[in-house]
Amino acid sequence: MPTKEEIFDKIRAALVDALGVDDDEVTPEATLTGDLGAESIDFLDIVFRLEKTFDIKIPRGELFPESLLTDATYVQDGKFTQAGIDELKKRMPFADVEAFAKNPKATEFGNLFTVAMISKYVESKVNAG
Amino acid sequence: MRWIWIDKFLEFESGRRAQAVKNVTLAEDHLHDHFPGYPTMPNSLIVEGLAQTGGILVGEHAGFKEKVVLAKIPKAVFHFAALPGDTLIYTTTVETINPEGAMVSATSHVGDRLQAEMEIFFAHLADEPRAQGFFKPENFVFTMKLLGVFDVGRGAERRFEEPPAVARMRDIPPGLARS
Repeated sequence: MPTKEEIFDKIRAALVDALGVDDDEVTPEATLTGDLGAESIDFLDIVFRLEKTFDIKIPRGELFPESLLTDATYVQDGKFTQAGIDELKKRMPFADVEAFAKNPKATEFGNLFTVAMISKYVESKVNAG
Repeated sequence: MRWIWIDKFLEFESGRRAQAVKNVTLAEDHLHDHFPGYPTMPNSLIVEGLAQTGGILVGEHAGFKEKVVLAKIPKAVFHFAALPGDTLIYTTTVETINPEGAMVSATSHVGDRLQAEMEIFFAHLADEPRAQGFFKPENFVFTMKLLGVFDVGRGAERRFEEPPAVARMRDIPPGLARS
């Protein structure tokens, strides 16, 4: 069973390759879009690399449930509704949804995707396997 | 000028690997501008040739039902310049493929020497009306026929067959098939 540090190191290597960032930029708090400059196509690239590196399957929308943004039940007038927040908690147990819920603007949605969130997700996948 | 940056396929193994050849020649006008007095094959066109080799591989895997677009080049390293007279051997290998897209690793060799290596990421474009006009599977398939894919193709687990679109085009004069 790999340690948390080993998992983090591999995730860092995957993000360095996918996003062309330096090692020291990939900190647990770093957000993928804000700090590391990820664009939409990069998310699929990251998923592919994680699947290969850790030999896991990541179903579409499980790690990055971007489709929530375009669902009017969950997002209205540029903000997540209570139903949207509840759905986020259910779909993204590895993200800090509580902090996001204080100001649930759709434009801040990307900040949920941090390196730490990916680490927790991968740890759960690897340990389950 | 035709936007075909490979000359012929040497190998085509469905869903896994494809190899194509690109001969660099002084008859190509652009070499005389790149650069005057020192013609070299532009690296960007080597990327394009590798992307065409890999793109046809990815498109064929889904029976040309997906709209395959070159989305990203995460890595590209060139070890030396390709010159007129060089024969570049492009090899592309599918690393990952799923309904959303594909990652392909690619190399260019001159003889035994590794000339370039890269990762190429393809996305399957959503089926939106805007995209319809840009993608006519017949165009790709016609090009595949021109490049000899069906002479060397092998299916991974099935016999390699011409897609129906090729059969339909058999009687169409080449000039009319391009549009």
